[in-house]
Amino acid sequence: MTEASQPIKRRAIALVSGGLDSMLAVKVMQEQGIEVEGVNFYTGFCVEGHTHAIRKKDKDKEKRNNALWVAEQLGIKMHIIDISEEYKDVVLNPKHGYGANLNPCLDCKIFMVNQATLMINKARELAGDRGFDFIVTGEVIGQRPKSQRKETMPIISQESGADDRLLRPLCAQNLPPTLPEREGWVNRDELHDFSGRNRKPQMALAAKFGLDDFAQPAGGCCFLTDESYSNKLADLWKARNERRYELDDIMLLKVGRHLRPQPHYKLIISREEGENRFLEGYRYQFTSITTVSCPGPLALVDGQFGSDAELEQAAAIVARYSKGRVEEAVTLEVRSPDGVAREITVAPAQPDAVLPSWNVG
Amino acid sequence: MTSPLHELDVRRLLCPMPVIKTQNKVRTLATGDTLKVVCTDPGALSDIPAWCRINGHEVLEMGEQGNEVFVVLRVGEDNGALF
Repeated sequence: MTEASQPIKRRAIALVSGGLDSMLAVKVMQEQGIEVEGVNFYTGFCVEGHTHAIRKKDKDKEKRNNALWVAEQLGIKMHIIDISEEYKDVVLNPKHGYGANLNPCLDCKIFMVNQATLMINKARELAGDRGFDFIVTGEVIGQRPKSQRKETMPIISQESGADDRLLRPLCAQNLPPTLPEREGWVNRDELHDFSGRNRKPQMALAAKFGLDDFAQPAGGCCFLTDESYSNKLADLWKARNERRYELDDIMLLKVGRHLRPQPHYKLIISREEGENRFLEGYRYQFTSITTVSCPGPLALVDGQFGSDAELEQAAAIVARYSKGRVEEAVTLEVRSPDGVAREITVAPAQPDAVLPSWNVG
Repeated sequence: MTSPLHELDVRRLLCPMPVIKTQNKVRTLATGDTLKVVCTDPGALSDIPAWCRINGHEVLEMGEQGNEVFVVLRVGEDNGALF
């Protein structure tokens, strides 16, 4: 037990996305002497790193995991948790529905705060005063249309089970006092009253803290807020006649050109060497098509060909995106997942034969 | 040259999975243990060392072997288990 004369060092778990708001929220807590550890959830839809890792043209960009980078800047520990499996239910059955695209932002936030609540409850049970006292997020009223609104704030607190142990330092003054404020663990007067989509208050606070390098992804850090990505996911569900996905499915939606010439099959065609290498790893799960007589892309076939004519159509499309597009004929290899391959020679599809309506996304 | 006591294969996994798998593996190890992580995502070469710096582990060696990269680390004082 801590001596009565020694003030207990209060500890918080902060949801850290890697963006500016959560970074500022942690900093505000640290300024008040709160010991903070970060938690970052991996849903499978995180924009983070993936595309940089895959695409060669992004190779020169600095590759960094923003959540780790933020943790290092703030000097906090970071727990990265893979929730991709449990998260499927959030994406498939959001109680509060979707935002503009397939983004279940409100259910997502409730889910993540609930995960953090389970963490602090367990830590308090096992570690007592060395556990965590409350949860911190970088939420700002009016910042995000689906989840960060005045009326969604209490919903998140209640439905996550965090109740008044959830503190939003950036907009706390616009909300009823929470437990950490009422107990005097933090000083409400030194919290903030940010609201709306205007980023100026955040910029000013960042400047005050001397923070000048931070990630500000448009639409957040999740692919589900992206219209083209959401269209690809909706297309996948429609083609399969059921709403479900595996991690590999949602990874592949981030890569390549997606064309659906027929309802029952889709081609995922690499656009450059990095994507080529990435798709290579999936050849044991999908039928694949590569060019033999000239350099060209690698294409995966998601679905089944209904006839040899469809296979030839697919080969002609892949040839269209190869160096041999102007040749009379291109030879390609069609390989099934078990490794059995055969060669096929076709005339590359003419530009107008690849219909715009086949483009998924 | 340190001979790693433990090895973790995270080939084909993309950021941040190599870090998550490393974190979860380290939680099962003891202070001073060494772990070699083998990856195909080159981003791991910046992410795993960053993760080590944050959590007090030491990077002993890292490099590339063909299309693969590897990081050898020594587990620090706290293996990072949350509870």
